[in-house]
Amino acid sequence: MLISSKPIHGIAVLLVLCYGTSTQAAPDAQQRQLSASCSACHGTNGHSLGGTPVLAGLSREHFIKQMQDFKSGARPATVMNKHARAYSDDEIEKLADFFSAQTRRHEDAPK
Amino acid sequence: MALNRREFLKLVAAGTGAATLGACGGAGLFGRRHARVVVVGGGFGGATAAKYLRLWDHRIEVTLIERNPKFVSCPFSNLVIGGSKTMADLTIGYSTLRSEYGINVLHANVLGVDPRKQSVTTSAGVVSYDRLIIAPGIDFLYRDGLAGLASEAAQEQVPHAWKAGAQTVILRKQLEAMPDGGVYVLSIPKAPYRCPPAPYERVCQVAFYLKTNKPTSKIIVLDANPEITSKKGLFTKVWAEMYPGMIEYKPNNAAEEVDVATRTIKTGFEKIKADVLNVVPPQKAGGVAYLAGVVNVDNRWCGVDFITYESRVQQNIHVIGDAISAPLPKSAHMANQSAKVCAGAIVALLNGYPLATRPKFANTCYSFVNAKEAMHVAGVYQYDPVKQTMVPIADSVGVSATWTDIEGGYAQAWANNIWSDALQ
Repeated sequence: MLISSKPIHGIAVLLVLCYGTSTQAAPDAQQRQLSASCSACHGTNGHSLGGTPVLAGLSREHFIKQMQDFKSGARPATVMNKHARAYSDDEIEKLADFFSAQTRRHEDAPK
Repeated sequence: MALNRREFLKLVAAGTGAATLGACGGAGLFGRRHARVVVVGGGFGGATAAKYLRLWDHRIEVTLIERNPKFVSCPFSNLVIGGSKTMADLTIGYSTLRSEYGINVLHANVLGVDPRKQSVTTSAGVVSYDRLIIAPGIDFLYRDGLAGLASEAAQEQVPHAWKAGAQTVILRKQLEAMPDGGVYVLSIPKAPYRCPPAPYERVCQVAFYLKTNKPTSKIIVLDANPEITSKKGLFTKVWAEMYPGMIEYKPNNAAEEVDVATRTIKTGFEKIKADVLNVVPPQKAGGVAYLAGVVNVDNRWCGVDFITYESRVQQNIHVIGDAISAPLPKSAHMANQSAKVCAGAIVALLNGYPLATRPKFANTCYSFVNAKEAMHVAGVYQYDPVKQTMVPIADSVGVSATWTDIEGGYAQAWANNIWSDALQ
């Protein structure tokens, strides 16, 4: 780049300078966005205040099974059957990874 | 920004040492100081965006500018009109955003935005930004025969109650003062408007109040749209079953003229004198969007990139919530969703992280048919990289089979969780 006479994009240059010196690892962007989209009904980071299941701290396997059961109708619901149908297996696994990593504050909270 | 070789070398020379180190890893690409994001509007969109910016990168300095001292929720405000909720049930302060998230909450009016200087002029001083998020909600179009509604005094006589707060109380008080046998007229504007099912929920809530308290009263619905715009089958059914003989629904009847003094409304087909006249005017993006020069669609709405919510016409200015031009309902739930996508994108941009390139989110909208029973419409939307917009996922879109008190419970749970997600 230093010997080129072509215009250089400034942001790209600064990113090159930054590479390797950042102290914070980049989050999984898709996982962050997908999991945050649940919070309107299930609370920030899945800490529901009540009425809807607490997603925070659910086991990975339990989360995946519930979403598959919502998809198939095996777990009847009002809204979740429709929502679950929109998510791929890969997306459900990403969500399961995220929520299972959160702290579960009350073990007897609804699942 | 593109640099030629000479500019690049000058940048490196000027930026060695602390500046380049400071440019990395979350302090942003701004040398020693932290990145600054200003959010205008503390509603469902703005409050959520401010909180999530801090939640996901506490090094970013966030200023939230909101002219009102407290947050008042439009969702559930129809139940205040119906009499089963109070204003206190809808009202939340901003103190937790300050104390838990260190957000600088500034109660002031925005007087101007300078996209080149990257500054916002407020009634309490000038605030500079690296990124600006505008979440201004809606304002009303008072054109032609509705021009007489533009003043605050006129809106006290003929309320819209489409921004929760004083207007909600005014409408409720007018209904309380109305004699039995009186006529309540609701005028609904042509779509798109804030919250598609809300006018029809309002009809249910007014009917609920009148049925018990003033049972010979009547409701006339003058809808500019050709049919009920949301949950049509369900609303038609509940009006007929729960409130028979009370409601006259007249589609294709846009408000053309309003006489405030006599509470008379004229449409293409009707001229009706009401006891309580509730005119919801056609809508546009909230005023700050015009000050920032980001209103580029029909002179009413703001075009945005659906990965970052950055304006299509102004760099470093993002727009979220009702003000955007989008094939999405203008709902509180959507404002909260767009806020989180936007906040995540800004954190990524400021840190050089990868962006989420296929955002996906759900919307669920509840309507109460009386004090306890509710019904929903829901759908999941996905970013389409070819169309470069959000598209609904067909399999996921639908409504309740019918209204139930179980869904009423879920609606309350939704409200408690989304208020907390935005403000706590």
